[in-house]
Amino acid sequence: MSILVNKDTKVICQGFTGSQGTLHSEQALAYGTKLVGGVTPGKGGTTHLGQPVFDTVADAVNATGATASVIYVPASVCKDSILEALDAGIKLIVCITEGIPTLDMLAVKARLDISDARLIGPNCPGVITPGECKIGIMPGDIHLPGKVGIVSRSGTLTYEAVKQTTDRGYGQSSCVGIGGDPIPGSHFIDILSLFQDDPKTEAIVMVGEIGGTAEEEAAAFIKASVTKPVVSYIAGVTAPPGKRMGHAGAIIAGGKGTAAEKFAALHAAGVRTVDSLAQIGDALAEVTGWK
Amino acid sequence: MNLHEYQAKQLFAEYGLPVSTGIAVDTADEAVAAAKKIGGNRWVCKVQVHAGGRGKAGGVKLADSLDEVRAFADKWVGQRLVTIQTTAEGQPVSKIYVENCTDIARELYLGAVIDRGSRRVVFMASTEGGVEIEKVAEETPEKILRAPIDPYVGPQPYQGRQLAFQLGLKGDQIKQFTNVFMGLAKLFHDLDCSLLEINPLVITTEGNVHCLDAKVNIDGNALFRQKKVAAMHDPSQEDEREAIAAKFNLNYVALDGNIGCMVNGAGLAMGTMDLVKLFGGMPANFLDVGGGATKQTVGEAFKIILSDSNVKAVLINIFGGIVSCATIADGIIGAVQEVGVKVPVVVRFEGNNAPAGRQKLKDSGLNIIPASSLKDAAEKAVAAAGGK
Repeated sequence: MSILVNKDTKVICQGFTGSQGTLHSEQALAYGTKLVGGVTPGKGGTTHLGQPVFDTVADAVNATGATASVIYVPASVCKDSILEALDAGIKLIVCITEGIPTLDMLAVKARLDISDARLIGPNCPGVITPGECKIGIMPGDIHLPGKVGIVSRSGTLTYEAVKQTTDRGYGQSSCVGIGGDPIPGSHFIDILSLFQDDPKTEAIVMVGEIGGTAEEEAAAFIKASVTKPVVSYIAGVTAPPGKRMGHAGAIIAGGKGTAAEKFAALHAAGVRTVDSLAQIGDALAEVTGWK
Repeated sequence: MNLHEYQAKQLFAEYGLPVSTGIAVDTADEAVAAAKKIGGNRWVCKVQVHAGGRGKAGGVKLADSLDEVRAFADKWVGQRLVTIQTTAEGQPVSKIYVENCTDIARELYLGAVIDRGSRRVVFMASTEGGVEIEKVAEETPEKILRAPIDPYVGPQPYQGRQLAFQLGLKGDQIKQFTNVFMGLAKLFHDLDCSLLEINPLVITTEGNVHCLDAKVNIDGNALFRQKKVAAMHDPSQEDEREAIAAKFNLNYVALDGNIGCMVNGAGLAMGTMDLVKLFGGMPANFLDVGGGATKQTVGEAFKIILSDSNVKAVLINIFGGIVSCATIADGIIGAVQEVGVKVPVVVRFEGNNAPAGRQKLKDSGLNIIPASSLKDAAEKAVAAAGGK
């Protein structure tokens, strides 16, 4: 078991023949992901990286039976691409692109909320189930099949958590980057719930950052519904209010969304919080009793 | 992206919202000419900077004569205004906005933001206008009225009426307020706003609803389709180094410490800053070189970090995902050779091509301190900057 994706997940790529789509599709295929085709309007009927290219997502779904799609198109057309995937019946949409206008995401999110599809991202590294399926831009070789579920708002912070769990031999069940935007497709709670129900996940690492209240909501959810040990780190203790720290979502506005508030909420929910990014592995060992 | 008040009011006027007659000027002579053109014998003069708290800082004046208009413009043009929302250096003043004077009976608040929790554009109104609305929200949340906008059907007039009645407006004010609400909601949507604020929205002594101030923030991600608004960008209001960084697709925010940081990824950049602080140091900046870092952008990033004279050491933390550590190493070596680096540089490479990157730095013969782990890197950087 794992969450969201496994060795049987059939994936297509939107923006398949572009430079980003090509680069990361090559790596996904090399990793063993069942990438069964891609979509580039106007290039239907051709072949790219040994896989068929389709004009529309609907064509690709009909021909391949894909249930997941990864999106590498420019931010200006992401709304269109996400909605196309949704309407074609894709169940897991992973949008890597950063810089999508927030009003576009409000519209997309409203549609998602009344569908049974799930969006991961935008502005995220993607989803990986180590040894089985890699959808996104994360470096595959730092991962190890194993028992820790990792969910994070940041790409490179996820890699740090992955490395520490790999170095100790714990490995990862699945890793999900939910993205650094103010309106993400999936929230911590959505992913925590999947990890809680996944038999292969024995412990969870949640990496948050300043801005918004997603970590506080996650804390309440963990307290009520998560029985597995959770280790959490929140980035941005040193970030000043009112300054956007790279991610569109990482801003302390009106005194809300500080790291201190998030740490306090998680701590109160029984989560083992670490104030140093370098201690995630140590804290996992401590809460699980693993060697 | 922030707009100046005069730019926001220009947009308001285009959407049929009631604003005062005003003219933005660059010099004292122009200010006097503007006041004459507007007419009357009382004017409001406001410095145009991207910061709130102007009134308390002396940046707003009620002028009773043309001489006072001239004196105000003479005093401020070319100077910097320091308010509670600016840095100690303040914001440069290059424009003054001269408006006709409005007689105020009541001050209200009306604003709109994107609410992350409910994933809606939410309007907020309050009878407590003209003051710090954050304080009102904190201390008396019941005084903030809310109206969420449905993403499918858009704003509805009943929502405006509801707010107006709750604010205690009467007669024709209900219709006027509803028009302001509808106009603002359309403007928010059309121009990809991230924030709109009228503080205060006033009832004049004649009993009319009037927008006395205007604050507009535009979603930076939407500027590709907001050409007209994008052209209103005033780079003089931004930190110089942040503006240079933006040109090279670098994300830089200046801070007060002495350890310059160069990191890939926004989250890891924040995490690295936090580690520096945890080990007793203070970060001089946030800098995300991004996933598309090249030899050139790394070089530019180096120059920007070193242009801050407080920097006593540089900490480079790269977890190569898309970006190769070897590329970053080339950038570091090039920059050190080109600009000369007088302060210690600590480098931690992990991930994509990390061994090759480390080897390149070693072979360069440059005085670069290698770090074996995240913790090691932060400790070495703090020590190199002179300890705690």
